[in-house]
Amino acid sequence: MTRERRIPPPDRNALRTQSLILRTTGFFLLPLLLLFALFLLLRGHNAPGGGFIAGLVASAAIAVHLFAMSEAGARRVLRVDPRDLFAWGLILALVAGVLGLFSGQPFLTAHWLTVSLPVFGELKLGSPLLFDLGVFLVVVGTASTIIINLAEQDT
Amino acid sequence: MLTGILSGFLLAPLAPALHRLFPRYSGWLLALLPAGLTLYFLQQWLPVTQQGPLLSHIDWVPALAMPLSFMLDGLSLLFALMICAIGALIFIYAGRYLEDHRDLPRLYVLLLCFMASMLGVVLSDNLIVLFVFWELTSITSYLLIGFNHEDANARAKALQGLIVTVGGGLALMTGFILLGQIGGSYELSVLITRGDTITAHPLYGLTLVLIVLGAFTKSAQFPFHFWLPNAMAAPTPVSAYLHSATMVKAGIYLLARLHPAMGGTELWLLLLGGAGAITMVLGVFLSLRATGIKRMLAYSTVMALGTLTMLIGLGTRTALLAAMSYLLAHSLYKGALFMVAGIIDHQTGRKDFLDTGGWARYLPVTSACAGLAAMSLAGVMPLFGFIAKEQLLEAGLNHGHALAPLFSAAIVVAATLGVAVAAVIGIRPWFGKPAALTHTPSEAPPAMLLGPALLAGLGLLLGLIPGLIDRSLLSAAASASLGERVTQPLALWHGINTALLISLGAVLVGLVLFRYWQGFRHATRWTDTLARFGPEQAYHRLMDGLVALSNSQTRLLQSGYLRYYLISTLLTLVALVIAALWLNPDALKLRPDFTDIQLHEAVIAAVLVIATLAAVTLQSRLGAVASLGAVGFSIALLYVLFSAPDLSITQVLVETLTVIMLVLVLFRLPGFLRLTRTRTRLADALVGITVGGMITVLLLSVLGSRYHGSIAHYFITESVPAGYGRNIVNVILVDFRALDTLGELFVLALAATGVYAMLKLRSKGDTTEPEETHD
Repeated sequence: MTRERRIPPPDRNALRTQSLILRTTGFFLLPLLLLFALFLLLRGHNAPGGGFIAGLVASAAIAVHLFAMSEAGARRVLRVDPRDLFAWGLILALVAGVLGLFSGQPFLTAHWLTVSLPVFGELKLGSPLLFDLGVFLVVVGTASTIIINLAEQDT
Repeated sequence: MLTGILSGFLLAPLAPALHRLFPRYSGWLLALLPAGLTLYFLQQWLPVTQQGPLLSHIDWVPALAMPLSFMLDGLSLLFALMICAIGALIFIYAGRYLEDHRDLPRLYVLLLCFMASMLGVVLSDNLIVLFVFWELTSITSYLLIGFNHEDANARAKALQGLIVTVGGGLALMTGFILLGQIGGSYELSVLITRGDTITAHPLYGLTLVLIVLGAFTKSAQFPFHFWLPNAMAAPTPVSAYLHSATMVKAGIYLLARLHPAMGGTELWLLLLGGAGAITMVLGVFLSLRATGIKRMLAYSTVMALGTLTMLIGLGTRTALLAAMSYLLAHSLYKGALFMVAGIIDHQTGRKDFLDTGGWARYLPVTSACAGLAAMSLAGVMPLFGFIAKEQLLEAGLNHGHALAPLFSAAIVVAATLGVAVAAVIGIRPWFGKPAALTHTPSEAPPAMLLGPALLAGLGLLLGLIPGLIDRSLLSAAASASLGERVTQPLALWHGINTALLISLGAVLVGLVLFRYWQGFRHATRWTDTLARFGPEQAYHRLMDGLVALSNSQTRLLQSGYLRYYLISTLLTLVALVIAALWLNPDALKLRPDFTDIQLHEAVIAAVLVIATLAAVTLQSRLGAVASLGAVGFSIALLYVLFSAPDLSITQVLVETLTVIMLVLVLFRLPGFLRLTRTRTRLADALVGITVGGMITVLLLSVLGSRYHGSIAHYFITESVPAGYGRNIVNVILVDFRALDTLGELFVLALAATGVYAMLKLRSKGDTTEPEETHD
C-alpha cells in the first residue's frame, strides 16, 4: 500500500500543531535526523559517535516530530511501542555478550568477523556493533517512552 | 543414583500435562516413579547390607571443591526405601483424595519436588549438597503446607513452619561449615571416620549446638515442636507424607548420620537425650489433650520424634538398633493412621474425635487398618511396634549413665500415655454409640485404602517375621549410625523380663486412662494456661517485634518526600567520606595548582557559577530551566576544550532532551509558590554547599594523588589492535568496559519502566483516563 506523501494537516486534538513552519520543518527533519543517527551509530567506532549519541539524536528526532505533528504521529514513526524498543535493545546487548560464551570465553568478549564485499572492500563486523545497536535501541526506547507518555498525559 | 534423585525434579514439570491426559488415573501413573525407585533401592539391598556403602562422585563445582557426591549405606537405604515406598502410596491416595480439587496438578508437582529433595538429603555425601537439598525440603514443604493458599490460616502456618525450619537451617549451615573445617573434609563418608579428631576439637561444642539446632527445628524438638501440629493446615496426604514419614525425620537422619562423627560425648547425650525426653513426654501429653484427629496424630508424631532423638542421644548399640526399629515402625503406623484420618474426613466430614463413633460397620476395612496401626502405636503384641517398644525400654533400662533412670522413667510415662492415645485412635471412631451423620458413610475407594492397608499389614508382617529385616536392613542402618558392625536379631518373644512387665503395665494403665479420657482432659485443663508462656508465644512475640521494628524504621526512612530522600542520601555520603578520611587522614592530598588557567577557562567557570546561582534563586521556572541549560552547555564547552568530543556531543544532546522533557512537565505544574520557609531553604543550601564542597575537595585530592599509573595509556595503545576502533571512548563503552555499559542499560530501562508505571498508575485514579493509544 502506498502512503500519500504530503505534509499532514493539523491534528484537531493535539495542542501544539498550530504552527505551519514547525510542521513543515518537522516533516523534513525527521528522515534527516534519523539518517544522521544511523550515520553516527555506524561511524562511532572510529570517530565521535556511537550508539548512545545516535540514540539521543534519534530520540530528538522523534521528539521534534511529536511537537510538530502529534503523539499518535510519533508512535507511527516508531511503528512499535517504545517500551518494546528498550526490551529488544537489552536482548540484543545480552546476545552480543553471550556470543563469547559459545567459544568458552568470558561473557561480553568481543568477536569479530571480516567480510569482503565487492564494492565496500573489507568490512569488519563484530559483536560490539551488535552491542552498540542494543545501546542505541535502549536509549531511543527509554527517551521516547518517557517523552511520548508524558505528552499523552491529559491535564 | 543422581538420575534417581533428579528424576523427581524432571517429572515434576510434566505432571500437570499427565494429569490433563489421564485425569482419573494420574495418581496411579505418577506413583510409578516412586515405585520404580523403590524397586531400584530394593535391588541395592543385598549389595549394600552385605558389601558396604555404594559411593558415587560427580564433579560439580571443582573451583569450590564441591562435588555432587552420594553415598548409599544401610541408613540411607532405610530412609530412601521409606521415602519412595510411602511416596508411591501417597500419590495413589492423593489422586483420589483431592480428585475434585482444582489445584491437584500443583500438589503433584510439589510432592515430586519434595520427594526428590528428600532423597537428596538422605543420599548426599557432601555436606553442602546435603544442605542444599535440606533447604529444598523446607521450601517445598512451605508450599505444601500453604497448599490452600486462599486460606489465611494455612498461609500463616506455612510461614511459621518455614521460618522455624529455615531459621534452624541457617544455624545448620554455619555448623556444617565449622564441621567441614574441623573435620578437614566436607564428605560425610570421611567425617564419620574422624570422630575422635572432631570431638576433641575446641570448637566441637559450638559446632554441635549449631547442627543440633538445625536438626531440632526440622524434627520439631522442644522448644521448636509447635510448628508441626500447626503444619496440619496442609491437605491430609501431605501431612501423612511430610509430617509423619519423611520431612520431620530429616533431622533424625542427620543426627543418626553424624553420630559416629560427633556422638559419644557427654554434651551429645545431654543435648539430644534431654531434649528428646522432654519432647517425647510433652508430645504424648499434648497428644492426649488434643481432640482434633490430625492434631492428636501430629502431637504423637512429636512424641515419636522425641523418642528417636533421645535414643540417638543415648547412642548405645541397643539404643541405635531400637531407634532404627522405632523409626520404621513409626513410619508404617503413622502413615497409615494419617491416611485413615483423611478417609474419616473424606467419607464423613468429621475432623474431631469427639464427633466420631460407631463407624466400624460402615467403614470395615478402614477400621481394621486403623486398629492394626493403633496397636502398633500402642506397642501391642504381635505388631512390629511391640518389638520397637521392647527395644526402646531395654535401651533405657540397660544404659549405664547416671541419668539413665530419668530416661527410663520418661520412656515409661510416654509408653503409658501412648497406649491411651492409641486407644482413642483405634477405638473411639469405630465402636460405641454411632455419631449422628446426615448420611450413611460408605467405605473409601480402593485407591485410598491401598496405602493404610499395605502399611498396617506390613506392620503386622514384620512383627510376626522380624527376620525379614533385622539382620539385613535394620542392622546395616544401625551399623552405619553406630560406626561399627551390629548384627542383633530381633524377636517378638524375649521371655518374661522387666521390659515385658513394664509394657504390660503400660497397656493396662493406658486403657484405664482411655476409659477416663474426658476426665483426664478435664483434670489437666490448667496446663493450657502454661501455653501462654510457651515457645509458640515467643515465636509470635518475635514476629510482632520484627514487624514493629520494620514499621518504625520504614516510617523513619521512607518519608515519601523526594527532598528528604535526597538529603539523607547526600548526608550519608558525606558521613561515609568523613569517616573514611578520619580513619585515613593521610589520604587527603591537596596540592591545588591554579597557575596554568587560561582566561577563556576562567570565563566558562564564572558562567557556570553564575548560572548555578541563578537557577537556585530565580523565581520563575522557565528562568531556572534556562539557567540549568546554561550550566549544561558550559560543561559541554569544557569537554570540547579538554578534547572529549564524544562527551561534549552527549552532553549537548542530553541537555536538549532534558529541556524537551521539562517542557512537557512544566506547563502542568501549578504556579510558582514559595512553599518553604527561609530557614528550611538555608538548611538546604547548607546541605548543598557541604556536599558540593566535599566533592570538590575530593576531586582536587584525587588529582593530587596518584597511587597507580594511569590506565589511559592502556586504552590508547590497545584500542586499535584489540578493539578494532579508533574512537577510544566508544571502544571502552562497547568492548573494554561493556559490562558497565550493560549495567547502565538496565538502569536506563528500569528508569523508563518506572516513569511509565508512575504515569499510568497516576492516570488510573483519574476519572478522565486517557485510553492508551496503540497504532
